[in-house]
Amino acid sequence: MTTVPTNDQPLLSIRDLKVHFDLGSADILDRAFRAASRGVVKAVDGVSMDIFPGETLGLVGESGCGKSTLGRAILRLTEPTSGQVIFRNQDLAHLSSRGLREQRRHLQIIFQDPYASLNPRMTIGQIVGEPLETFRLARGAAAEQRVKELLETVGLSQRYIKRYPHEFSGGQRQRIGIARALAVDPDFIVADEPISALDVSIQAQILNLLERLQEQKQLTYLFISHDLRAIRHVSDRAAVMYLGKLVEVADAKTIYDEPLMPYTKALISAVPVPDPQIEATRQRITLEGDVPSPINPPSGCRFHTRCPFAIEACSEVEPQLVEIKPAHYAACIRISPSEPHIEDVAPGAAPGLEISQKPDLT
Amino acid sequence: MSSTNRHLLEVNELRTYFETEDGVVKAVDGISFLLRRGETLGIVGESGSGKSVTNLSIIRLVPNPPGKIVSGEVIFDGQDILLLSPEQVRKIRGCRIAMIFQDPMTSLNPFLKISKQLMEVTQLHLGHSKGQAYEHAIKMLETVGIPDARTRVDNYPHEFSGGMRQRVMIAMALSCKPELLIADEPTTALDVTIQAQILELIKKLKQETGTSVILITHDLGVVAGMTDHVIVMYAGKIFEQAKTTELFARPGNPYTKGLLRSVPDPTAEQGKLYQIPGAPPDVSHLQPGCPFAPRCERAEEICRREFPPFVELTSDHHSLCHFAQEVFAASGSPEGTRA
Repeated sequence: MTTVPTNDQPLLSIRDLKVHFDLGSADILDRAFRAASRGVVKAVDGVSMDIFPGETLGLVGESGCGKSTLGRAILRLTEPTSGQVIFRNQDLAHLSSRGLREQRRHLQIIFQDPYASLNPRMTIGQIVGEPLETFRLARGAAAEQRVKELLETVGLSQRYIKRYPHEFSGGQRQRIGIARALAVDPDFIVADEPISALDVSIQAQILNLLERLQEQKQLTYLFISHDLRAIRHVSDRAAVMYLGKLVEVADAKTIYDEPLMPYTKALISAVPVPDPQIEATRQRITLEGDVPSPINPPSGCRFHTRCPFAIEACSEVEPQLVEIKPAHYAACIRISPSEPHIEDVAPGAAPGLEISQKPDLT
Repeated sequence: MSSTNRHLLEVNELRTYFETEDGVVKAVDGISFLLRRGETLGIVGESGSGKSVTNLSIIRLVPNPPGKIVSGEVIFDGQDILLLSPEQVRKIRGCRIAMIFQDPMTSLNPFLKISKQLMEVTQLHLGHSKGQAYEHAIKMLETVGIPDARTRVDNYPHEFSGGMRQRVMIAMALSCKPELLIADEPTTALDVTIQAQILELIKKLKQETGTSVILITHDLGVVAGMTDHVIVMYAGKIFEQAKTTELFARPGNPYTKGLLRSVPDPTAEQGKLYQIPGAPPDVSHLQPGCPFAPRCERAEEICRREFPPFVELTSDHHSLCHFAQEVFAASGSPEGTRA
């Protein structure tokens, strides 16, 4: 594990990033008569955060919360609707395609499904070598040499260079995907659920590989996962996302050991622990109901429909991400820096209400 | 139903092979276990370990060809299921033995209303009339916690979320009050908060009905919280079987030990995660000797040469390993289990 960065200059700053998907009109007649769109999915709805050089920021949430869309929007694999992604004093969200291409060299992604993310008609050598060619970093024998080195780096034999993806297991394919991402010597990698599709014994191998590479190459990761155990293990800081918004950001250990948000608490409590003694005795907070649809997310705090602590005001006021404890941010009107523990807050009280009603305090 | 035999299910030396272009795949190769009434048995293993095929064999759903149950016995309440005629099996399947599968979307028919799919089960097995079956379907949906069951019963599967669909599957499985419920990765496709809901539901219904459960999963955390006994499978074999509490506290097999150590422990300090090297073997080309030997840190010459014995460590704890006693003894020491 790398140490938490002391450098205060973030590598990447995300400011009020939004990604909305317009569902469009139902059919051609509707469009002809200019009927209202069927709705807008607010997949990412105003996310701001900083990622510091050399750190791993874990992004956790349930399916549909927008975590993958956020990761993709940073690299503009999905076009952001508004907001900024500042990388080395340039706003990636508003760069021209040529300017973006230059910057993409420094920002890469590893995908979840190692079966779908490798072209089945290309050899491993072509797959890993393609970025070298695209960015004119090496060609011919030099490129082949570089590909061989990359394969060794991720723990694959150089002999595999002429083989096709179907000849490899899931874990090996994920290594190939990692080698491809490393080919251009990036500074920042979005790892989008890199271990979810893998067997338990292979997951540990890939996590260790990612950590080793981070140390060797001073990489910065945005590690996206629904698995809190993995997030806690690899991340320096963690951010919890719910329906397009960040609801809690803190040191990964702190977020796991002393979560402030009712949602985070429920999420942690839902993770089964591989220890029968703990499982037999611990009290589980079971959330009622499903994640609401992001098309018409609940008003106010989006979690209020499932929150055991919700009060009237929660459905009216949209909570802001506030620094409740040093370097520990949470978005809940029922807690405040002076009253950080929701269990101790008087019934019906909302000490954080005032802070959230004042805009732009974060 | 005879209440004299304590064991609801007894599987003896079950072998299920698949004929493939690559040769014979011994997906399940000599599995034996017992399931007591009212007990929950967990079967853990990685993909390709044979855990799902074991259970398809129990309910005679192995696709044939290419699959074939080569030998063995599956004694359910005194009857060997493998000797029954297809008609007799059909009477047991879905009624006395029910199943829930991993993907609740593909296991429901997208063209039929939920009501129709739930009614089919009780009309067939319990001889319900249409009216009775409809009322029963609503009652079952209420049991599994679907709000507003009376209107929801006439919805189509796509109108339900993943968690709700899995609840429908459970309602269907429990319609005939089965004696045995086989749940094959029932929560793998679901989010953690929904997983917690479904596991709680299975636990609650099990307590109420006294159904025995076989829970197949790759998640050791799920096993820890849900089961009484555990079987660990690898390459078509049982590598270890024990009481759940004992297996986690004192594993007697290097593979189990490795699996337990490779799960990140949120309560422990971060360090390098333990990893089992290599990948699960190709079961169509197994070498002689122990199938785990190439990945095992304890392996010696004998492991690569001779197939390991199934060692009895205690009366209720067995391990397939040449060094089972030694591994078991080491696990008992304070630093043994979690390095």
